[in-house]
Amino acid sequence: MEIPEKEFLAPGHRACAGCGATIGVRLALKMLGENTVAISATGCLEVITTPYPETSWEIPWMHVAFENAAAVASGVESALKSLGKTDTTVVVFGGDGGTADIGLQALSGAMERGHNLIYICYDNEAYMNTGIQRSGSTPYGASTTTSPHGKESFGEDRPKKNMPMIMAAHGIPYIATASISYPEDFMKKVKKASEIEGPAYIHLQQPCTTGWGYSPEKTIELGRLAVETGSWILYEIEEGEFKVTYRPLQRRAVKEYLNAQKRFKHLTDLEKERIQSHVDAVCIELKV
Amino acid sequence: MVLKVMSANQAIAEAVKLANPNVIPVYPITPQTTISEHLAKFVADGDMSAEYIRVESEHSAISAALGASGTGVRVFTATSSQGLALMHEIIFAAAGLRAPIVMADANRALSAPLSIWNDQQDSISERDSGWMQIYAENGQEALDSILIAYRVSEDHSVLLPSMVCIDGFILTHTVDPVDVPGKGDVDKFLPPYKPDHAYLDPKRPMSIGTFTDPNYYMEARHDMELALEGAKDVITKANSEFAEIFGRKYDFIEKYRSDDADTIIVAMGSICSTIKDVVDEHRDNGEKVGLVRVRVFRPFPTEEIYDAIKGASNIGVLDKNISFSVGGVLHNEINAKMDVKANGFIVGLGGRDIKPTHINEIIEKTKNTTKTTQWIGLNKEEV
Repeated sequence: MEIPEKEFLAPGHRACAGCGATIGVRLALKMLGENTVAISATGCLEVITTPYPETSWEIPWMHVAFENAAAVASGVESALKSLGKTDTTVVVFGGDGGTADIGLQALSGAMERGHNLIYICYDNEAYMNTGIQRSGSTPYGASTTTSPHGKESFGEDRPKKNMPMIMAAHGIPYIATASISYPEDFMKKVKKASEIEGPAYIHLQQPCTTGWGYSPEKTIELGRLAVETGSWILYEIEEGEFKVTYRPLQRRAVKEYLNAQKRFKHLTDLEKERIQSHVDAVCIELKV
Repeated sequence: MVLKVMSANQAIAEAVKLANPNVIPVYPITPQTTISEHLAKFVADGDMSAEYIRVESEHSAISAALGASGTGVRVFTATSSQGLALMHEIIFAAAGLRAPIVMADANRALSAPLSIWNDQQDSISERDSGWMQIYAENGQEALDSILIAYRVSEDHSVLLPSMVCIDGFILTHTVDPVDVPGKGDVDKFLPPYKPDHAYLDPKRPMSIGTFTDPNYYMEARHDMELALEGAKDVITKANSEFAEIFGRKYDFIEKYRSDDADTIIVAMGSICSTIKDVVDEHRDNGEKVGLVRVRVFRPFPTEEIYDAIKGASNIGVLDKNISFSVGGVLHNEINAKMDVKANGFIVGLGGRDIKPTHINEIIEKTKNTTKTTQWIGLNKEEV
């Protein structure tokens, strides 16, 4: 696969070294090209890319608030339609909090109404912009500042909300999961999403150096470990048809993934085994 | 001129059809709903070509309106009460992003207790947002105000959103004879919206809604203050051109038999029709009573109101809202901004009737100046 050289997210932004979110946005915009309008929810991405009077966005970009990015995009898409500019792509970037928690209603409305837009959730599995608080997308066992481990707690005690399947229940034409560590898989999915008429949802896992607790040069490695251990599964649902898009030749032990991150460091072997059993069950069901 | 009998909600829908916005995101709420329904029917019948978005909440209605406005097209939405309160966060964002959105608000009380009936607490509570606010007295004024609002909001020196407020049920669900202007005249008064600065266009990419540090935020807010104050000249010009084309002259305030009055009542919205009748009765008895109706509440017409009331010895200000432990908002703003000693009266909350006897009671009470806010029309026995 040939990766276009042109960049639409300029360097010089304020992201942490090793930020996974900006890698995801760069790859997505390469596929979407210049005739694209981007909408951001409030969050890391918005703050690091637009410190007024600077901006990293080389395409038109708008941010209004935290929970309404899909609603703002609905208005943008409708306005473009009214102007006959139906060839312009509308893409939304929302974090996991802005997508699975506070923005879920607006997202559900936009998907159900059938707007022709792509929603990309960049999932770093907690509220990283405000300093690592638990979101609905935080995985079981993770220690965050609002689900800390302690004498009476092993950290987050609820499983991660299954956003892609919530989107699938809307009956939209295209849903996919992706990882920044599998750029070709992700970019193909972005391309497909842009070619489909109607709403598309891509749930992009992206490791976060500060929130997950690993050193910045390991971002890509962590994304790979998530997929190679079966902790994050790459698939797509096209017109209702489910397909796993990447199968590790040999699944690695989940504890390799857990042990590489500070957020899981407190877990006992028993708890890690429990997570392994859960991952096994999902992988057996999906034949991964 | 052919007058048609219609509700203020229909009059507003007719105005919106004439203004021809590209995008209409709306969510139903009593007593605004029939505005959304009329517009849906216009679109369904092919009488309007707007993109009508059936959003899942008022928060998304104003968010989609802001997204569409940011794309550089004319938009309309409408709401009421709880819906406006739900919009609150984005109401401020819309003004801050300088989006010339026009919205109708069917004035209704805020919960709790839950009430679907009229007062003006909902829109008054948004007074600090940077939106312009017009309070109409009847269906004709509601229609005309929508057209004037677009004209002023879209002026490149203003670029602030406008709220046209009509009293719930009293105006939204009662009918009046209304002159619906011809499309040709409206097009003369209100040319198509042409954005000239920040809008989403891949040919000239811009970032809208960026993150600002303390070096920039305050200037952005100061610019809004200048634009809202500057809007006064734009409103004056729009009013006079409107009068030339349509023969109806509006101003920031309406003075009704107030020029030589000893006693002046100041109020907003539909209650002013009742007050005019009461004023006439007093004038018939030789008493110098008058009314000053505040039509444009934001930008606040300090000079116009002061000039109209400064000669009176007794001034009573009616508020269909309450800023708890301070009193009515219009009353407090008048006393704060002007060298007058007006008495404040809280009336008509949650749809409580305001009868001519109440207006007479207020006129009587203005004879003794007091700083204490007086509630008129309370039931004698608390249940």
